[in-house]
Amino acid sequence: MKKINWQIWAGFVLSLVAAFSYPFVFVRWAITREFPWANLIMFAIAFVFLFLGLRRAFKPDKRIVSKIFSSLAAAFGVLLLAALLFVFFVAGSWLPASAGAPQVGQKAPGFTLTDPNNKPVTLAQLLTEPVNNKPPKGVLLIFYRGYW
Amino acid sequence: MRSFEKNLNKFNEAGIRVVGISVDTPEETRKYMVQEAGYTFSFLADPKLETIRRYDLVHAEEIASGKDIARPAEFLLDPSGTVRWRMVTENFFVIAQPEQVLEAAKTLPE
Repeated sequence: MKKINWQIWAGFVLSLVAAFSYPFVFVRWAITREFPWANLIMFAIAFVFLFLGLRRAFKPDKRIVSKIFSSLAAAFGVLLLAALLFVFFVAGSWLPASAGAPQVGQKAPGFTLTDPNNKPVTLAQLLTEPVNNKPPKGVLLIFYRGYW
Repeated sequence: MRSFEKNLNKFNEAGIRVVGISVDTPEETRKYMVQEAGYTFSFLADPKLETIRRYDLVHAEEIASGKDIARPAEFLLDPSGTVRWRMVTENFFVIAQPEQVLEAAKTLPE
């Protein structure tokens, strides 16, 4: 009975978790979204296992199949890390420069837009209608990507 | 967005109106943001990107949606409509947090 190379499997599964937990889990909290440190720590652990698995597979008594399989698993782990880094650092910064966006100290351009009940609302209204039964101290405009 | 909804009472106490603006139509916003996601702050629809364009925030042919949409950005205005604080992020994963805005709101005139 041959023992399975559990290190390579652990490394393989952990690198999958390390990559996919960013978009599906850690993107929810600012602290783990603004820098993917939780995922990088998981990748570090995954690579330790992949390294141990590779070392085991490349012992002289092991079959060529296990050498090939473990090399593929390790390469896949590296690819997943590259994918995470690409999504975060490269794709994350694919945003227009927006040099013409209103600067601090400038007047925000006025607008009339429709609310979810199809009622027109102006910026002037937003700035004057009471918040908490008092004249508003300020208005926060959040431009977001939308549901599409 | 979700973090702003969770802190909405703090914004109310501070006298700050929170308004979300996107290309979604009023119907889409009502369905997805109000009914399904349970958001309670104000939303405004800019499906033709008129205001988004005037604020220079158009993300043309955005890759995930394949549409022209708004890039993430946040502006805190005082009652005269002057920008007092803003965040125009350079990384999609880094957007304004409620704590930052509430801190900035302390400097608004009484």
